[in-house]
Amino acid sequence: MTEQNETGSKPVKKMDLNRREMPKQQPEVRITNFQEVALGYAAETAIEEAMRCLQCRKPGCVPNCPVGIDIPGFIAAIDQRDFQSGVNILKQKNALPSVCGRVCPQEEQCESGCILTKRKSSVAIGRLERFLGDWEAILGDDAPPEIAPATGKKVAIIGGGPAGLTAAVDLARFGHSVIVFEALHKMGGVLSYGIPEFRLPKAIVDREVNYLRRLGVEMRTDYIIGKTRSIDSLLEEVDAVFVATGAGLPWFMEMPGNNLNGVYSANEYLTRINLMKGYDFPSAATPVKQHRKVAVLGGGNVAMDCARTALRLGAEVSILYRRSREELPARLEEVENAEEEGIIFRYLTLPVRAIGDDHFQVKALECIRMELGEPDASGRRSPVRVPESEFVLDFDCVIHAIGNSPNPLIPASTPGLEISKRGTIVTDLETGMTSKERVWSGGDVASGAATVINAMGAGRRAATSIHAYLCEPVPWPRGEGA
Amino acid sequence: MFRLLENKMLVPNLYHALISAPDVAKAAQAGQFVIIRPTEASERIPLTISDWDAARGTVSVVYMKVGKTTAEFAALTAGQDLATVAGPLGNPMEMGLFGHVVCVGGCYGLASIYPMARELKRLGNRVTIVIEGRSSYLLYWQQKLRSVSDDLIVITRDGSKGLPGHINNLTGVISRQAVPVNRVIINGCNYLMMRGSQETRPLGIRTIVSLNTLMIDGTGMCGVCRCTVSGSTKFACVDGPHFDGHEVDWDELNKRRGAYLVEETQVLRSSKGE
Repeated sequence: MTEQNETGSKPVKKMDLNRREMPKQQPEVRITNFQEVALGYAAETAIEEAMRCLQCRKPGCVPNCPVGIDIPGFIAAIDQRDFQSGVNILKQKNALPSVCGRVCPQEEQCESGCILTKRKSSVAIGRLERFLGDWEAILGDDAPPEIAPATGKKVAIIGGGPAGLTAAVDLARFGHSVIVFEALHKMGGVLSYGIPEFRLPKAIVDREVNYLRRLGVEMRTDYIIGKTRSIDSLLEEVDAVFVATGAGLPWFMEMPGNNLNGVYSANEYLTRINLMKGYDFPSAATPVKQHRKVAVLGGGNVAMDCARTALRLGAEVSILYRRSREELPARLEEVENAEEEGIIFRYLTLPVRAIGDDHFQVKALECIRMELGEPDASGRRSPVRVPESEFVLDFDCVIHAIGNSPNPLIPASTPGLEISKRGTIVTDLETGMTSKERVWSGGDVASGAATVINAMGAGRRAATSIHAYLCEPVPWPRGEGA
Repeated sequence: MFRLLENKMLVPNLYHALISAPDVAKAAQAGQFVIIRPTEASERIPLTISDWDAARGTVSVVYMKVGKTTAEFAALTAGQDLATVAGPLGNPMEMGLFGHVVCVGGCYGLASIYPMARELKRLGNRVTIVIEGRSSYLLYWQQKLRSVSDDLIVITRDGSKGLPGHINNLTGVISRQAVPVNRVIINGCNYLMMRGSQETRPLGIRTIVSLNTLMIDGTGMCGVCRCTVSGSTKFACVDGPHFDGHEVDWDELNKRRGAYLVEETQVLRSSKGE
């Protein structure tokens, strides 16, 4: 049996056999709106899928989960139609199941360890997680979260993104008083400004943030630690600080013409549209241009997000990537979504110059053809320029989506905090402890740009270490590792 | 919550807002700015902090009513809250004992140079303030500016007060100074800063300008504030906003600044129901 996807054009790989498909908005419909693409399992489908789990005695999935969720446990609960228990099991380890069910690269993590991948296709763990998260929002028992007796200790968390939110939940449950400082006017970090509505509805982020509020976590938006107040000054009032400020400083591919109008960082493009609701311009005040032909540079998830956003705003969109489809760092699911929607993938293409018109507006990209040579240190075949293969493509918008480095505001304003050459905060990988006493760090600011779930894992490990330290302070070890 | 304590028109189209923002006031230094979002539906706009009172927990900004967001700001009254007042952002103006410093201000820059002149004076510099406007009725804060300077020179386009002329007279003003000028600071619209820098370049006097660029977050995250200084790209929000005026690519700055003129006009029209 070979299943067909919605377009009927391509046979889906054998691996998908027997796995319950999740309904999606049809491509020709979804490119005209910003609503979520994947619609989630119905309860019956979720139960059918859960029944596929073999309940391994030594599960391969759990060790591959950065936060160590009891995956067979919550799946068994779904199988038994006891969704509330499933939610409770999930929430022991993961405060943000609706988020992770959507944005985790499960195929590289939990699902890759599933025994069924060897025979058929893995259990759709991410979809089941999402099902429970969404079920809880509507039908959950809404029981107040269990919180340990107050310890009288206070922890400040800097950054309201995935790492910060996760640490806040854990620390609040341990009974500590928690305050989160967020630089922007909305909590959520990359979940709010970066990941588009059609992949992660903002209502879900708001719901998770509300959960924090119910735990008694204090939240201060528009508050920029490193500017409004220093970490040293915070340390006078709190017992511990967790720095989770993310990787927010955008990289631009080095080439002439990057300052032309119409050239954006992915951060700027996505922030205008997600955080500032630019898709609703002119009702929302922050302007977004009506571009006709958009080039997105890069091949990761952020590149897919930019491309699919631009498409929904009415543009013809190309992704320019210097290697081939095999090497795309984005999740396969996102690549397939982009392909279905009609994004043009121009592989083995490296832009070398942005060309402007008389009004300083970008009008074209000069590119060079690449070919794949020997594998490099990352194991991927490295792209090599083909001599004299330059060509020009017309674009009135160019979006650089090639990555970010950590924001320098905290490193620059915090004496005693050891910073790596890459600009990341040096931490002990197990504990998140930095070189500065009573300061922990985790997420992208410590690891370099990575995934939401990795940041959450780091938030969790730091919270555990902070809790241990607050219960029984030990001499501060000099931060090493990383 | 950021309570608006005062929001008044100073001179036609220029408004002064006094805002309760205790933590910002505590940290503010001369030359820094805040990102303000007047209402939940507004854009985030950068405005220079023109004064602050750490004890009272207040900051002042002077802004020009020019687009939709500043119109929304101007429509608020004392007692209402602003959605966002985030800062202080950007680097402070470089301070030190330089000798004789000429601070030039035009438009909202009259207010921006006030805390800079105050700090320079406190540090022992000789401070000459030059303010420039189309006409005397567009000038404000003259008493305040006089109080933080050794000399206040007024230039008006129509000659209604002080010297007749405009920023082109800066060379003359500087060359007439009895005490040689060691440094010039210019704040105002980009045109004023560009023309002022062109005036001081042949004189070989170090000239610092505070660039006005588009911004969203103001913390280095988006990069819309890219500008070219000494041939390399800088982010005005985290690398600046103060740069050597002789090294700024003014042409690029002005073209980037105008990137959304069409959309800004569109949004203004639609907000007026046109």
